[in-house]
Amino acid sequence: MVMDPIKAESKNLDFYYGNLQALKNVSLQIQERKITALIGPSGCGKTTYLRCFNRMHDLYPHNKYHGEIILYPDEINIISPSVDPIEVRMRISMVFQKPNPFPKSIFENVAYGLRVRGISNRSILSEKVEKSLRSAALWDEIKDRLHLPAFDLSGGQQQRLCIARALATDPEILLFDEPTSALDPIATGKIEELIMGLQEHVTILIVTHNMQQAARISDFTAFMYLGEVVEFGDTDNLFVNPQNKLTEEYITGRFG
Amino acid sequence: MGIFDDELKILRERILKLGCMVENAIRDSVKALVERDSELAKEVIKRDHLVNALDVGIDEECVRLIALRQPMARDLRLITTAMKITTDLERMGDLAVNIAERAIELNDEPQLKPFVNIPKMAEITQTMVRDALDSFVTGCSRLPYEVIKRDDEVDDLTVRNFEELLSFMIQDPKIIPLAVKRTYIAKYLERIADHATNIAEMIIYMCKGKMIRHTEISEEI
Repeated sequence: MVMDPIKAESKNLDFYYGNLQALKNVSLQIQERKITALIGPSGCGKTTYLRCFNRMHDLYPHNKYHGEIILYPDEINIISPSVDPIEVRMRISMVFQKPNPFPKSIFENVAYGLRVRGISNRSILSEKVEKSLRSAALWDEIKDRLHLPAFDLSGGQQQRLCIARALATDPEILLFDEPTSALDPIATGKIEELIMGLQEHVTILIVTHNMQQAARISDFTAFMYLGEVVEFGDTDNLFVNPQNKLTEEYITGRFG
Repeated sequence: MGIFDDELKILRERILKLGCMVENAIRDSVKALVERDSELAKEVIKRDHLVNALDVGIDEECVRLIALRQPMARDLRLITTAMKITTDLERMGDLAVNIAERAIELNDEPQLKPFVNIPKMAEITQTMVRDALDSFVTGCSRLPYEVIKRDDEVDDLTVRNFEELLSFMIQDPKIIPLAVKRTYIAKYLERIADHATNIAEMIIYMCKGKMIRHTEISEEI
């Protein structure tokens, strides 16, 4: 079997919230331009794991990491204190559970990351904003009202706006933390299609409580429990013929 | 999840019921032939619609479970296996009807010679069907592999039966119509054994998640 290139890899990653160990020796390879889903019961560590990838945990002083998360091709350890978290977040963007647009116009929401980077040229900004909104399948719906407040959009549109905002800085990895849990099935369908389309350009890591969603959209799935990866493999195999009894119990709904 | 487990239990029971009906049809059709009992043969033909109705009922139930319960892993494999093996069972039921039809035709004629190969084939075939269904209930064991192995015995007997009848036909062409019907019956039994083999292969899939159809299974056994 020819292995696809690896985009990122956690090696023996431990994570602590103060004294509480939330991740235990997590080693996973994230393949480039594929969708990798993280599933598992609440509290299993999947969101904690996802947040390590863009240094969200740095915001709190008692959190600590051990181990490495290597980003390829330059092989930097993105959790190393010597690496600037702002730089990591430019390369690895995140979309959250609830749409969280800034209290700004639609245009300024998408342009935000670029302005932080120091881009102020109006035509470059316009071009980037349009490109990102098109990639997020939102452009046609809102191109005539770019200067209205982002809060005027529907929930599904707001979430696509957040995806556009995440795409604006041309990230290499996009992290999704239950991106459709606050959306209705139609908006969910649109986001799922969008995510599947995005993988042509960007590597995707997604946390979801919806196993059917993981089955529908991901190429690889990791099942986590009590801070550890119990099973990791091709999504097709994992949902049809899981090798681990715990995985089987969880995905057939007989857990606990 | 309790309700879903109950639904799966009922599904298993319905498959077993279908299996029982088909086993009885095979046994009675061969008995009707060997004991020249045309009434029993008619009975087999008459009962076939029950097999068909249950086959359709099980398929509908499987589709409903897939739609409403969105089964995964072993549940998914159980339901897809159920859908496939009911098709095999229904075809076995049809073949038992074919045996019964030939039995009625043969019973109207003087007996050509006592039956030797056909009862032997019927016995092996029925054991295969029973073991295949038992392994559906008991799950992972060596039983489905045994079923697959026994298919060769039935194939050999089919050939031997044909060769014997062929020599009779060469000696006395007048008996060709009767002898051909006997070769048909052997062929029906051979087909039933093939369906039992299909079921055994699906049960291995259900247990192990591995498709072994159209592959060499010697290393498995």
